[in-house]
Amino acid sequence: MLIRWLLLLWAALVLAAPAQALTQAQARALATGDTASRIAALNELVVGVPDGQAAALIQALADDAVKFTDTAVFVMKDGKGFDPVTGAEVPVPDAAEDVINNNQMRSELDAALALVKLQSPDAKLRLEAVKTLASDPSESKLPLVEKTYAAEQDAQVKEALGNLLFALQLSSPDTAKRLAAAEALGSVGTPATKLLLTERAAVETDPAVRSAIAAAIEQIDGRLAWGERLGVVFTGISLGSILLLVALGLAITYGLMGVINMAHGELMMIGAYATYVVQNIFRSYFPGAFDLYVLAAIPVSFLAAALVGAVLERSVIRWLYGRPLETLLATWGISLILMQAVRNLFGAQNVPVENPAWLSGGMAVMSNLTLPYNRIAIIIFAMLVLAGVAALIAYTRLGLFVRGVTQNRKMAACVGVNTARVDTYAFALGSGIAGLAGCALSQVGNVGPDLGQNYIVDSFMVVVLGGVGQLAGTVYAALGLGVLNKLLEGWQGAVLAKIMVLVFIVIFIQKRPQGIFAMKGRSAEA
Amino acid sequence: MSAVLPTPAVLPQRGILSARSWTAVFAALVVVVVLVPVLNLVVPASSAFHMSDYLVQLVAKIMCYAMCALAMDLIWGYTGILSLGHGLFFALGGYMMGMYLMRQIGSDGQYRMPMPDFMVFLNWKEFPWHWAVSDSFIAQMLLVVLVPGLLAFVFGYFAFRSRIKGVYFSIITQALTYAAMLLFFRNETGFGGNNGFTDFKRILDQPIATPGMRMTLFVITGCTLIGMFVFARWLVGTKYGRVLQAIRDAESRVMFTGYNPVAYKLSIWTLSAVMCGIAGALYVPQVGIINPSEMSPAASIEIAIWAAVGGRGTLIGPIVGAFFVNGAKSWFTQAFPEVWLYFLGALFIAVTLFLPQGIVGLFRKLRGKGGEERA
Repeated sequence: MLIRWLLLLWAALVLAAPAQALTQAQARALATGDTASRIAALNELVVGVPDGQAAALIQALADDAVKFTDTAVFVMKDGKGFDPVTGAEVPVPDAAEDVINNNQMRSELDAALALVKLQSPDAKLRLEAVKTLASDPSESKLPLVEKTYAAEQDAQVKEALGNLLFALQLSSPDTAKRLAAAEALGSVGTPATKLLLTERAAVETDPAVRSAIAAAIEQIDGRLAWGERLGVVFTGISLGSILLLVALGLAITYGLMGVINMAHGELMMIGAYATYVVQNIFRSYFPGAFDLYVLAAIPVSFLAAALVGAVLERSVIRWLYGRPLETLLATWGISLILMQAVRNLFGAQNVPVENPAWLSGGMAVMSNLTLPYNRIAIIIFAMLVLAGVAALIAYTRLGLFVRGVTQNRKMAACVGVNTARVDTYAFALGSGIAGLAGCALSQVGNVGPDLGQNYIVDSFMVVVLGGVGQLAGTVYAALGLGVLNKLLEGWQGAVLAKIMVLVFIVIFIQKRPQGIFAMKGRSAEA
Repeated sequence: MSAVLPTPAVLPQRGILSARSWTAVFAALVVVVVLVPVLNLVVPASSAFHMSDYLVQLVAKIMCYAMCALAMDLIWGYTGILSLGHGLFFALGGYMMGMYLMRQIGSDGQYRMPMPDFMVFLNWKEFPWHWAVSDSFIAQMLLVVLVPGLLAFVFGYFAFRSRIKGVYFSIITQALTYAAMLLFFRNETGFGGNNGFTDFKRILDQPIATPGMRMTLFVITGCTLIGMFVFARWLVGTKYGRVLQAIRDAESRVMFTGYNPVAYKLSIWTLSAVMCGIAGALYVPQVGIINPSEMSPAASIEIAIWAAVGGRGTLIGPIVGAFFVNGAKSWFTQAFPEVWLYFLGALFIAVTLFLPQGIVGLFRKLRGKGGEERA
């Protein structure tokens, strides 16, 4: 509201002098009579550059803040009436009626306002105005758009205006103009342009223009298809990065330690609920810093899951090393308990986790391809976590110990490594990464007690496919499965895609039973 | 793994069961065929000895579960292969029976149409191809055996041939049942989608909800379970059974001695799947519903816990386990529904940590070494 009034104030100041002045007759024509005549009056008003008074009147009409009597029109503001032409305060008689706008009138008013906005010095506002106009191109606006186009300085706005101009010219009576417009529109390529061209193709009579329109539609189709393809690849990479986060934790607990942890998904759930709790704390105690809650939730979810993981390792898993099938059953039991515990604490329903402002919305890359910020953030986050884990394993003392214990537990113990402690740390690390995955998932999906169940089968597939013992296989397998899954989904639907991926994995394992990167040497058969 | 299981008896075989065990089997037969029908049908409801319909149905249901647990024990306890997909075979057997029962409804469904309600609802005019023989009882009963058996054979062939084992195999079977569940959830698959099959009216043109029919099914189920038990007891005592246990304990060594483990694993795996299929087929008419949730990974993993709780590597163990866990389940979910999952979870942990040989192993320990050779 404030911005609108400021805009009008500016319009009043800047445009007042050169523009066509609003007359009482025009004001009356705009506010009273039937819709058709009002629209005619409106169009007449905006063809010449509307002045500040006219702009204010149009805005007031759009805001339903105009009254009229048989002789006069009043712009209402804060309960007081103003004369639309002079701007002076005038008393409003009791008999004054409200101006009622129907939908057609309303859209015309919006278009007129956009035309006014087109004169704004702010390039952003002008661009917005062009977008508004482009959504419903009608010929009556052509003269003004042409005038503005000639005067436009900003390259971006000029291009957008040019496209709008072509769209308007598509129904021009001049064949040459239509031809030029059709040719030019082919390179614009939004779904809206395609619709416009298709509509025109239905009524076009000139063969040259017809073929130009057909060519343009084909060109647009080609571009839209590319947008779709890139979209599939992006969602594939996005799913792959989520699987990567999930599988990274498994790569440590299963890949390095040989512990099959069916409660991995529930550790993710703990991470997601930790994020939820941090969000609520920020909302109640630091509402000013709410947008930053995700940053605080990252370490919290890591620590929460790592702590639970350490407790599990010390209390249950420790006693089951070397008995993978028993570990599987025991950790399944743990997952049942954790799920029920969360149900009792937070309720069986999903809990709401909000994106902070900087993670909502998306980046429009093409007309039909928008990359959501939260997914981009997760891809980056997954890469960072991967780099961090790789560095931890490769360069730190803990990483050295973990590798040592993995390769030869007894020998590591002989040279003084406290293998039991290393086990706990490594398991806590794997669990913590699961917590991070949960934190990331909370930004794109539902947070509920069975959050982990949805990913556990997929993530184990990643580990099976990737092979055991190093991280590289996990990375390739996660991204590969993610992209493959989405490609097949686009082609055959989600369920068949899942089944086909499973069949693919079974066939793949025929060829390489140890996964993409097989362990070589004596540990291979262990 | 071998460390926690009982060493297989290396005594020469003296018949399938000991005299005492034969007595026990005979006693069980008497209970199932005579005692339960009399207590349920003849003894008046007011009497303290009356067995309620609810209890009959519960026991029948658990006996079906016990067959699954027995099948699981053959493949897991005796061959060392943990399947997390047995629920799939159970459900497939159930679905095959369900298809026949759906056809038996005839035109008595909600829509009074000759096709099952869900097909009318989906506006299908013809039966899909896999319903071709669904109106024949004999053909469907063959499918109860063939469908799970064939699926297990094909899957097992590829899995065992490439020497997938241990947790890898478990995880892939879990993915298999998960994928199948997703498939059956779809309406297009032609198995009733989410709701599956229910509202059965008749079997072999006889009304299904009468006390007599319930008792007939109960007796058939009980006899099948006892038959399966005796069969399994015989099987593990044969040379074939010994090789299975050898594969469990040292697969590489078995291979180096000149046996081909793939053939043994594949055959016992297929047999185990067929047993589950039969259990499913008996389960559906008594419980009155089959839907894709029977294929969920959780349902399959529960079968493993029945076997583990009772005692793997003993054949009576899985049956005891199935009765214990499911008995506890029906009591808990009525008395303290909140607590059930805690109990089940704790059971998983406690059995693996403290009772690797299950309840049967605990009994034997308590009674000293006496029970070593008995079933």
